Formats: sequence, structure tokens, C-alpha cells
Amino acid sequence: MTDLFAARSQMAISLGFHIIFAAIGIAMPFLMAVSHWRWLKTKEAVYLDLTKAWSKGVAIFFATGAVSGTVLSFELGLLWPKFMEYAGPISGLPFAWEGAAFFLEAIALGIFLYGWDRVHPWSHWASGVVVGISGVASGLFVICANGWMNAPAGFDWVNGEAVNIDPVAAMFNRAALQQGLHMTLAAFCATGFAVAGIHAIGLLKNPASRFHAGALHIALFIGAVAAILQPLQGDRLAKQTAVLQPAKLAAMESLFHTSKAAPLIIGGIPSEETQTLRYGIEIPGLLSFLAHGDFEAEVTGLDQFPREHWPPVAVTHVAFQIMIAIGGLLAAIGAWSLFALWKNPAWLHSRKALRLFACCAPLGFIAIEAGWTVTEVGRQPWIIYGIMQTKDAVTPMPGLVYPMMLFTGVYLLLAFVVTWLMVRQFRHVG
Amino acid sequence: MWVETIAFFLAISILLYSLLAGADFGAGILEAFAGKDRREEQREIISHAMGPVWEANHVWLILAVVILFMGFPKAFSALSITFHIPLTLMLFGIVLRGCTFTFRHYDAVRDRSHRYYSALFVISSFLTPLMLGVVAGGALLGAAAPLEAGFYAGFVRPWANLFCFSVGVFTCVLFAFLAAVYLIGETRDPAMRGIFTRRAMIANALAILIGVTVFVTAEIDGLALARLFAARVVSVGSMISATVILLPLWIAIRKNRVQMARVLVAVQVGLVLIGWFRLQFPVIINSQIHPWTIYSAAAPEPTLRYLLYALVIGSVIIFPALIYLLKIFKLSETERA
Repeated sequence: MTDLFAARSQMAISLGFHIIFAAIGIAMPFLMAVSHWRWLKTKEAVYLDLTKAWSKGVAIFFATGAVSGTVLSFELGLLWPKFMEYAGPISGLPFAWEGAAFFLEAIALGIFLYGWDRVHPWSHWASGVVVGISGVASGLFVICANGWMNAPAGFDWVNGEAVNIDPVAAMFNRAALQQGLHMTLAAFCATGFAVAGIHAIGLLKNPASRFHAGALHIALFIGAVAAILQPLQGDRLAKQTAVLQPAKLAAMESLFHTSKAAPLIIGGIPSEETQTLRYGIEIPGLLSFLAHGDFEAEVTGLDQFPREHWPPVAVTHVAFQIMIAIGGLLAAIGAWSLFALWKNPAWLHSRKALRLFACCAPLGFIAIEAGWTVTEVGRQPWIIYGIMQTKDAVTPMPGLVYPMMLFTGVYLLLAFVVTWLMVRQFRHVG
Repeated sequence: MWVETIAFFLAISILLYSLLAGADFGAGILEAFAGKDRREEQREIISHAMGPVWEANHVWLILAVVILFMGFPKAFSALSITFHIPLTLMLFGIVLRGCTFTFRHYDAVRDRSHRYYSALFVISSFLTPLMLGVVAGGALLGAAAPLEAGFYAGFVRPWANLFCFSVGVFTCVLFAFLAAVYLIGETRDPAMRGIFTRRAMIANALAILIGVTVFVTAEIDGLALARLFAARVVSVGSMISATVILLPLWIAIRKNRVQMARVLVAVQVGLVLIGWFRLQFPVIINSQIHPWTIYSAAAPEPTLRYLLYALVIGSVIIFPALIYLLKIFKLSETERA
């Protein structure tokens, strides 16, 4: 294994681990706040139990997310010191704001988790909402920094040095907003469906449980709204990617040759060698329409880029297909769920529906991992798009396979323990 | 002007990380020495003391890292390359400490797993400050060699030496001292207070002993620390003040003035850190390749300006919230005893 590959693997594992905890940390406080609100308004004990049960999960996920996020802030330097040397002064600003938001989040969480009998009930409720708002803000700031890697802005590149640095322009780069909205919706969608799925299992075991029913409705509502909005938002992001990173879009769609009336490809396995795609379903003209709003428009293919600047096509394409498939499925289930919540919530409690929700529990997170793969692998070979290649940013330290194995081991262990803890929590309350 | 202000914020972040999160690590270290004597109660007190605040305390480190990579990117890059190994070990400790502490607190079932959480919690509470001190020592020592000198000279020797490990152990002892004094105020039981007072005494004695060792090992590893120290009035002054302040500190502990003791121990340890900051200033990382100072490593002015805006606005939001947090959990139930 080369050092570059080890460094990329370690970064992928660290981010792939952290992104799940970060997403839960963004969305979960809002689920909790709804339940908490209901407790304070109705004084129905079931909502107090639910808020407390969820808050235990939040504490575990938040702590794991906080420390794995710390690891990432160091890893940026440990693995990619050359990148940070250039990127730090230009796109470090969102990280500074993220630090502030995260600080507020940690303080508010301390008050929320330990302040049950120490602060006024509504101040206590507000502290939970502050956790959520600062969590969303943290996520948006981090995505600003990631957006900058996709759409570098706020500097001029002269002879391999950055001059005329403008950190504000870098922070509000063109990719930031669309990517940020997409990630935030993804966090709500994945968390909502995961929580709904867990409580659906509870209802399958104990159909009369008011606790699980209340939880299912709150989680499903939030997850469903996000799932319905997500395809609309995803479309805007794809249109922007067509302009900002045509190579990424071409890889997502396995479009090897620039073409007018380009087809949308569903599924299939692309081959970079033969520049063909097998087993895919083509819908004529639809890619042109989705990317540029015109069925006849020309879409840039990979042939417009030198071969060494291609992202890994198969990984990007397959990851994109997975994300789209899950996104579509969850949007459809979400629409039906909202209809059921409005018309007759009993439909949600049929065994078939509950089994469906249980099966959907992990899907949102799989979609998040896939979507993140699309944006990161699809940007390769660049670490700063068009400016700096990943291979030029890696640390000169040899033997990177060892820290990679260390962190892989730690994260596998933690993933196992956190899952096991959740099962124990669930059995305990259920 | 911008550079010094940003460096000041960096120093404040490191200072507060040490005084707040340092004590959390110190508490984990003390847990290792809880002995059989009311071990479970000591553990409870430590968990209760850390629970609401450790995550907020931890953020000072993230702030320090952000200031480093945004404000002094070349120094951040050099530190990350030379100290890859100890920093990786420190991160390993940070992850394990945070996770095992939380798992222990929130696990719905109490069984054998708690023994593992506790063991890992204690080990990582040692590892993290040890490596933090090792890196701090290495940044001062400046043994980093060019890459051509090979793996050992470039990535191991800069930190794997007596001096760096002395600084690492000193950091552990200092954090344990902080924790012991802070913890006195977390209980009203005179016997428990006695236990933590004895821990504080031992840590204090060890801090003096290992403090001397740091100066000796510096000479062994070729750093004229005593001479550097003597040449800086601020360092000598803070060292003397830190020693003098021990007297009122111990009187406060004797008289059960727990809040006063907390403030005094924070000032004491703070003075030690200020002495070190002056010693280091303006260098961030010494090295045989290229020493980086806050001036030579500084980012361009627009970056520093916007970083400062963020820090100032962030402080306006954070400090009242932080004081509120500490007021709820650290001032309300103590002192009344």
C-alpha cells in the first residue's frame, strides 16, 4: 500500500465515521426539542420518557462525534500538511466559525443533559434548541470549507503561490450554499428515518406502546419532510456541479463522450478501459435536461479532460446511483407517510408499514456515505479543484499504513461499541 | 499588531485548555490512584465533576488548532510533519478518553464492561497529556532534522528523548495537581476532601521534583534551558510568583475555602504556563530545518483580520454562555459546605 493510498484511506475512514455522528448531532436535538415541547405543554409522561431516552443517545453520539471531529482537525495537518499550508489562510475562516458554533453547542449540551433540575424548564428546553441550531451551523461551516475545495475562490494563484487572499469570498464560495443545504437535509432525512425505524421495531414487539408511537410520528415527520425536499435540492446541486465540476458530473453519470441530448443513465457498471457502460438503463435526453434545463443541451463528457485528470469513474458512478436510488425511495415513502399522518396515522402502524420503516433505518446513512463518496472521489485527483493535486499534498512521513490501521481499528471498535450500547439502551427502555 | 493579537488568542486557548480540560485529564489520572479506599465514590465524584463541562473544555484545543492552521499555517504544517507520531497518539487518547467516559456514564446496564471503560479512560487520561507535553517539549527543543537525514532523525528523535518525556510527565503531574484541588470542592464529605487534599499534596511535591528534572534533562539533550530561562524576566518572575502563591493556596485548602483554592491553583498553573509562553515567544516550532516564529509563519493580513473578527465575536457569544455553564454546575453547590 502506498503512503498516498494509506493517507486517503485514513481520511476516508475518519470522515466516513465522523459524518454519521455529525449528521445525528445536527438532527437529533430537533427531534428531542419536539418531544420535550410536548412534555412541557401536555405533561404527558410518555414525552418526558422519550426526551430522556433520546437525550442519552444524543450524549453518546455527540461525544463520539466531538472527539472524532477533533481527530479530523488534526488529521488535515497530519496527513495533508501542504494542503493546509495553502488552504488554512484562505479557507480556514469557516473553521473558526465552526469552532465558535461547536463551542456553543458543547456548552448548551452540558446544560441540557445535566440541567434537568437546575434551570427553569423553558430555559432548559431552549438549551436543547441551541444545541440543534449550533449543530446545523457547525455543519454548514464545515461544508463551506469543503465547498471551497470543490469551487476554490478568494485568491489568485500566481506561480504556485496564493496571493490577494480574501477569506470571506473563500468562505462564501459558489459550492457552499448548495452543498450545505444538501448535507443538512440529508442529516434530517437519515436521522429521521433511522429513529423511525428503531421505534418501528419497538412497535412490532409492543404494538400498544405509546412511547414508540410518539417517537415514530415525530421522527417520521421530520425525516419525511427532509426526504421530500432532498430531490429538489439535489437537482439544484447537480445543475451547479455541471457548471463548476463537469468532470465530476460526467463521472457520476459515466458520460465518457461529450454529447447533445445526453441520456440519463440508471444503474450499470462503467469501464474506464473501454469507455463504455454495461447493464445501464438509458433515458434519452434526460441528463441534458437535468443538467442544463434543455433536452437538447450539450453535456461535457470525460473526453474533454486529460485522462490523468479523470476521477475514478466506477466508484463515483456507483456511489451516485446508490444515493439516488435511496433518495428516491425515501422520498416516496416520506410522501406516503406524510399523507398517512394527515389522513389516518393508523396506516403507519400496520405490520407491513412498520417492517418497511425498520428496513429503511440504515438507508439514509448509506446514502450519506455514498453522497460523500461522490463529492470526494469525484473531485480526484484534485484536493483543491484545478489547483492542487491530492498526491502533492500528502505528508512526507513514511509508513502511513500504521496510523491508518490504528484509526481503522479504533473506529471499527467504536462503531461496534456504540451500536451495542444503542441495543442495550433500546432493550432497557423497551 | 495583528500577529501578536492572534498569538495572544492562541496562548489564551492553550492556557484555558490546560486549566479546564487539563483538569479533566488530571481527574482521570487521579482515578488510577484511587486505591481501594472508597474507589467507587471517588469515581462518582470525578464523573459528576466532569460530566457537564468536559466537552466545552475540550473545544479550547480545537480553537488552538484552528488558530494555528489559519493564522500560522507554515508552523502548523511543520508541527504536523515532525510530530506526526506523538500527535497521532494524542488523538488516539482523546478519542478513547471522550468515548469511554461517555459510555461509562450512559451505558444502560452496569456490568463487566464498566471495568473496560474505566481502564481505557484512565490509560487515555495519561496518554493524552503525556503526548501533549512531549510535543510542547519538542517544539522548544528543536531537534527536527531535514527529511534527507532519514526516518529516525526526522520523525522520531525530535520527540523521543528524555527532555520531551520529562515535559510530558510534568504536564501529567500538573494536570493531576489541578484536578485534585478542583475536586476538593466537589464533595462535602470531610474524609473525601482529605483524600483529594492528600492527592494534591503528592502532586504538588511531584511537580516540583519533575520540574527540576525537566531542567536537568534539557541539559542532557543539549538545550540550555536554565540559561534561556534566566535571560527572561517574565519567565523568572512567573516562576517565583508560582512558587510564592503555593502558600496562600495551601492555607485556603486548610481553611476549606474551596473556591479560593480553585482560583489560586488555576493562577499557579497559569503562571507556570506563562513562564513557558515567554520562553517560547516568538517561536512556535524550533527546528534544525527552519524555525517558525509567529512572524515568519503568519498568514497574510486579511486572513488574520477576519480570524480576529471571528475570535472576538465568538468570544462575545461564548464567554457569557461558558460562565453561565460554570455558574450552574461549579458555583451553585460548593462553598456552602
